[in-house]
Amino acid sequence: MEYDAVLYSRILTEMTLGFHILFATIGVGVPVFIALAQWMGLKHNDPHYLLLARRWARGFTITVAVGVVTGTAIGLQLSLLWPSFMETAGQLISLPLFMETFAFFFEAIFLGIYLYTWDRFKNPKIHLLLLIPVVIGSSMSAFFITTVNAFMNTPQGFDIVNGAIVNIEPLKAMFNPAVPTKTAHVLVSAYMTSAFMLASLAAYHLLRGRKHVYYRKALRITLIPALVFSIATALVGDLSGKFLAEYQPEKLAAAEWHFETEGEAPLLLFGMVDENQNVSGAIKIPYALSILAGNMPSTEVIGLNEFPEDERPPLYVHYLFDVMVTLGMLLIFIALVYAVLSKWKPQHMYNKWLMRAVLISGPLSLIAIEVGWIFAEVGRQPWILRGYMKTIEGATSSPHVGTMLIAFGILYILLGIGSIAVLRKMFKKNLPEDELAARGN
Amino acid sequence: MSLELLGISVLWIFLFGYLIVGSIDFGAGFFSTYSEWTGQKHILHKIIQRYLSPVWEVTNVFLVFFFVGIVGFFPKTAYYFGSALLVPVSISIILLAIRGSYYAFGTYGAKDNKLYSFLYGVTGVLIPASLTTVLTISEGGFLDITDSGVHLNLGALLSSPYSWSVVLLSLVSVLFISAAFLTYYAHQAEDRKAEQLVRRYALGWSVPSIAAAILVFYALRSHNPEHFARMTDLSWMFVVSLVCFLLAITLLYKRRSYGIAFSAVMMQYFLAFLAYGISHYPYLLYPVLTIYDGFTNRTMAIYLVIAFIAGLLLLIPALYLLLKLFLFNSKYVKGMK
Repeated sequence: MEYDAVLYSRILTEMTLGFHILFATIGVGVPVFIALAQWMGLKHNDPHYLLLARRWARGFTITVAVGVVTGTAIGLQLSLLWPSFMETAGQLISLPLFMETFAFFFEAIFLGIYLYTWDRFKNPKIHLLLLIPVVIGSSMSAFFITTVNAFMNTPQGFDIVNGAIVNIEPLKAMFNPAVPTKTAHVLVSAYMTSAFMLASLAAYHLLRGRKHVYYRKALRITLIPALVFSIATALVGDLSGKFLAEYQPEKLAAAEWHFETEGEAPLLLFGMVDENQNVSGAIKIPYALSILAGNMPSTEVIGLNEFPEDERPPLYVHYLFDVMVTLGMLLIFIALVYAVLSKWKPQHMYNKWLMRAVLISGPLSLIAIEVGWIFAEVGRQPWILRGYMKTIEGATSSPHVGTMLIAFGILYILLGIGSIAVLRKMFKKNLPEDELAARGN
Repeated sequence: MSLELLGISVLWIFLFGYLIVGSIDFGAGFFSTYSEWTGQKHILHKIIQRYLSPVWEVTNVFLVFFFVGIVGFFPKTAYYFGSALLVPVSISIILLAIRGSYYAFGTYGAKDNKLYSFLYGVTGVLIPASLTTVLTISEGGFLDITDSGVHLNLGALLSSPYSWSVVLLSLVSVLFISAAFLTYYAHQAEDRKAEQLVRRYALGWSVPSIAAAILVFYALRSHNPEHFARMTDLSWMFVVSLVCFLLAITLLYKRRSYGIAFSAVMMQYFLAFLAYGISHYPYLLYPVLTIYDGFTNRTMAIYLVIAFIAGLLLLIPALYLLLKLFLFNSKYVKGMK
């Protein structure tokens, strides 16, 4: 491959973010479930839930560590790989970036305290309360950093006069039109993903034939919220569709291979497209795109051909959109089956096939997160700052990006292998049954 | 005070904060590994772990805070330093990533893994060396600035006596600061054996740290005479810094008041670093970027200052709580909790 600093910078950024969001998503969601388990444990004086909180927290430290170091990496890479972009956008987005760091600081302090004060307070509720700043800190940092990304999609709060940025309104820039749908989608999908990841662990043990009530409680405390959060994710996703139709029609049009502006637009599922914009093999759902865009079958949806060719996102984003939505629906279905069975047919709720589905639901939701982010990011190409700056103008001119790409690639492989190995080692020989027995329960 | 000066002062304080907490952390990592090689791990390991475990993440945030802040207040630094420093800063990030995650892997996961402990210790001394490149480059003379962009002249950096003297200073300072802190901490823990060992380290690294500082003076005199001249105007600050140093080693030598000794070490670096910072003024990157032409727009600056104050109101009580629970809680320090 010929050396191309922009391309390599894009690949390196994708790689770092792609790796980071796996850990960041878990970092945002899991504290919520640790808090839930600990609260249930204290409320019902139930050692099983308390042990769940402890074990989840233990594994969580590993994911936090990798999340922190990869987050530091992407934070610095923003300036290293996109110096011209940061020079310009730095004047507009530094407020949320700064606040994100504060939220992270806050979380880091209380997480440190939380992890080292088990059994230290006479009143166990104080220890539970320490999780509140952790949950607030992690969710707020996700919120702030997402507003930065939202700004890149819908920049506002400034004017450009003779190439200079003037009339800056930091709050208007921060609370741009993409913020409500984007941050809501990021937060609920992070809670959802963490819920499925934790449920997957319980399902793994149940499939291995372990029958302890501990695992059943673990499944219940994660899958019921998973149902709520996955439905919420889908609802916010629908709102995101309406947002795109209004503010980023080219992204929606590329996602749906919708070329001509028209009403009564159908939604396309799967299929293939050729260079002449002929779609074959797709499943057409009549009116669905118009309904997604504006709640009415007659809503006119702007087509991709309205945009100059050099301002269109690549057409393959359609597949990413399909995968994201399909996985989302599948996850809702899995959680729903569990919820229905537990209410009406509890004798089948630990059915082997359902447990297998729950086992893969964790990894599937992580895939959905990755695919969703790639869709959102590639869908705004060729822009780095939509309407203002193209990606190619923001990148570094350094001749060493290729070498760094390899170095970071090796780093992420090492971190990935290391974290899996350590997490396995932590839990494989140390079963909850034994731990409960050791604690006298 | 102008907003520019306020901005750079805030960042300077955070950089100094990182210098101290980072040094303790990096040095502790190195001593921990070193003690393993010399068969003294049982003496040091526990005490170091007890201090580091609850705070390692917070240490890392000081660094993040600094670089997010500098890009926020001075977006042009993103352009100059970002363009030029891809290689050295990427090396720092990779080392930091290996160190941070393998610390967690070693502490919470696999017990006593030799590879983890090796990576942890070795990266601990390499990181300060790679991070100081940023300070070195801010003196000017290592960048080729053209219309096509900003490029680092790696050859000039690697062959410069100044840059090597800064690396040397950072290494010995890390070890000295860390050992001085650990002496105090071990004393609080009433762990006599660990106290003796780290006290020896602190005394051992004290003279090299001053020698390296003098070396940096000489190297800077030929590298950037203008900066050197401004530093000599502030010579009284360096003299007070030296007095603090002498006080610290006297106390360490006499095995007295380790708390005051460590405070004196902090004062020593505070004054030296402050004098360095003041004489660097007004340049962020000599001679092309000053704090005035690199400053963000006023509106954003005001918002950032407000966010900063609000953030501090939240952070200071939280940090106080952290210190109270883990640093100044004698039961915790002694390992009873």
